[in-house]
Amino acid sequence: MSILINRNSRVLTQGITGKTGQFHTRMCRDYANGKECFVAGVNPRKPGEDFEGIPVFATVKEAKQQTGANVSVIYVPPPFAAAAIDEAVEAELDLVICITEGIPVRDMIRTRYKMQGKKTRLIGPNCPGIITPDELKIGIMPGYIHKKGRIGVVSRSGTLTYEAVAQLMALGLGQSTCIGIGGDPVNGLKHLDVMQLFNDDDETDAVLMVGEIGGSDEEDCARWIRDNMRKPVVGFIAGVTAPPGKRMGHAGAIISGGKGTAQEKLEVMESCGIKVTRNPAEMGKLLKSVL
Amino acid sequence: MKIHEYQAKEILRQYGVATPQGIACFSVDEAVNAAKQLGGDVWAVKAQIYAGGRGKGGGVKVAKSLDEVRQRAGEILGMRLVTHQTGPEGRIVHRLFIEQGVKIDKEYYAGMVVDRRQQRVCLMASSEGGMDIEKVAAETPDKIHKVFIDPVAGLTPQQAQDVAQKIGVPPQCVPQTVNLLQGLYRAFDETDASLLEINPLGLVNGDQVMALDAKMNFDDNALYRHPDIVALRDLDEEDPIEIEAAKHELSYIPLDGTIGCLVNGAGLAMATMDIIKLYGGNPANFLDVGGGATTEKVTEAFKLMLRNPKLQAILVNIFGGIMKCDVIAEGVVAAAREVQLKVPLVVRLEGTNVDLGKKILADSGLPIISATDMADAAQKAVNAAQSKPSSCGCQS
Repeated sequence: MSILINRNSRVLTQGITGKTGQFHTRMCRDYANGKECFVAGVNPRKPGEDFEGIPVFATVKEAKQQTGANVSVIYVPPPFAAAAIDEAVEAELDLVICITEGIPVRDMIRTRYKMQGKKTRLIGPNCPGIITPDELKIGIMPGYIHKKGRIGVVSRSGTLTYEAVAQLMALGLGQSTCIGIGGDPVNGLKHLDVMQLFNDDDETDAVLMVGEIGGSDEEDCARWIRDNMRKPVVGFIAGVTAPPGKRMGHAGAIISGGKGTAQEKLEVMESCGIKVTRNPAEMGKLLKSVL
Repeated sequence: MKIHEYQAKEILRQYGVATPQGIACFSVDEAVNAAKQLGGDVWAVKAQIYAGGRGKGGGVKVAKSLDEVRQRAGEILGMRLVTHQTGPEGRIVHRLFIEQGVKIDKEYYAGMVVDRRQQRVCLMASSEGGMDIEKVAAETPDKIHKVFIDPVAGLTPQQAQDVAQKIGVPPQCVPQTVNLLQGLYRAFDETDASLLEINPLGLVNGDQVMALDAKMNFDDNALYRHPDIVALRDLDEEDPIEIEAAKHELSYIPLDGTIGCLVNGAGLAMATMDIIKLYGGNPANFLDVGGGATTEKVTEAFKLMLRNPKLQAILVNIFGGIMKCDVIAEGVVAAAREVQLKVPLVVRLEGTNVDLGKKILADSGLPIISATDMADAAQKAVNAAQSKPSSCGCQS
């Protein structure tokens, strides 16, 4: 089945009229089943217009009612992006993917608070999005580097995920679904949440888990894997050489108070029985070795 | 973004947080005048730098006369203050804070950060103030009390009272501690802070609870809505190369190795540093050129790396997605020409339009070392750095 999205998903774009929203909506629409799947856009100031045939609505709720959209992707600028997530959650969509980078943490704390008890799942913010190869791409990743297959990929970054996918492809390994959960400290789905979905997905045989310095999501996930995972998982953590106290590009990639080091994460993962590599050029090879 | 102690205290006072009276100074004369103005017969003379650990490094002194204020201010102002947070090179002290002396009966700790797992602001407090809180957390974790704050309700009086009692504030001081803690949270929340630390929080003059030190950091992503805080920024305290990088929307962090890295994407940039180390080299920097790198941006990135006198080689690692490899290749060629590159340049391109990109590099006539994958790139960069005789990457 793949996880979270497939050819039956119906997607609306919040921020469809901006430059980024337009560019990526076009790229996603042109990938696999995108033409059927991308059904609406939202811009409160431009209802009634359309973007290359995709109708634009004033609100998420209206777009959902009119088109049956159940997934949203957000390209809204940072000052307004948290409110855009709130709107999608209020409209009870199944899934929201927020690409926007640079949302204040304070806004995300409130948005996550409001999401408690709601059905909507959030991927991101500050993420490349999600792709179920040869079915549907929602996000900014290059579609053509992927191929349908049975490996799940979950990562906190963008290009490092593409690197991982390329290594899998070089070994002939396609992917069930690839998810970038984003580089922000306060976000939606964590490694653990995605791992649970892959565990229950009968089209995923093994998972490549890519993490980085900061926080303790990878450790939480590793402990869950030790106790529950029925499929092989391999991992890589970026940032063994990152100095403490410095934000390495991503807002969430920081070793603070001596916590969140790559070394610590790798050790916990190993102690939980997960095969890890310290060589980012060998992620694909390691995954293949456990099949 | 960080600010100085005196600036943090000024913000906190607006939220009802008690602090000793103090005046910021830029010269010895100003310091003496400040002490006169504050009155009393004992003062603290405090170096204002962004790093912590100032007391142990000799940057905080008590003065018991105006002459002593003059003497201490003279010693501290302009000194190279080395603390566990500054690194061995230390920081030159450009600003002082003269504070009225208080009699400290007991030191506590109060801090706030965003807890990533709970996705809420966490108040941490301890009876063990004035010490390195990480050490307290490691050695006596039961002495640290944590409260997670509901973003709608804020820090409730019950929560604050509970914390005040747990850290052992005398009963008669609990009400003012509750007010102080609630003020700290309001300050944290309303200024989009990312860290707030009061160490020590003091019981002074018998029955008053005050912030004796204050450290505040702010969420860079929220600075757009806090021009008043941006105005407090002290560029003397920041690395000029990081300031320059930020102007060009490049994320650059200098490290102490010899191999410069230019990468698109933060995760891949870290992984590139890691693989250099794994192959026996040392990365000279973290550099993420971001998703929309132009020729100008790549050129600026090269210039930043070349400022480093220890640079022995450059490794460009690009996975082209939206950013096309031919565009980045043109940028690399133009940049290499413009800066008249004198260190070996290893380039690894992958992704969109990779063949076109490789052709541009090959046709440029520049001595670019092309690599097929990350491992190959790292190995070639390490070899190139080791065989490079000169120690300067730039043309003088």
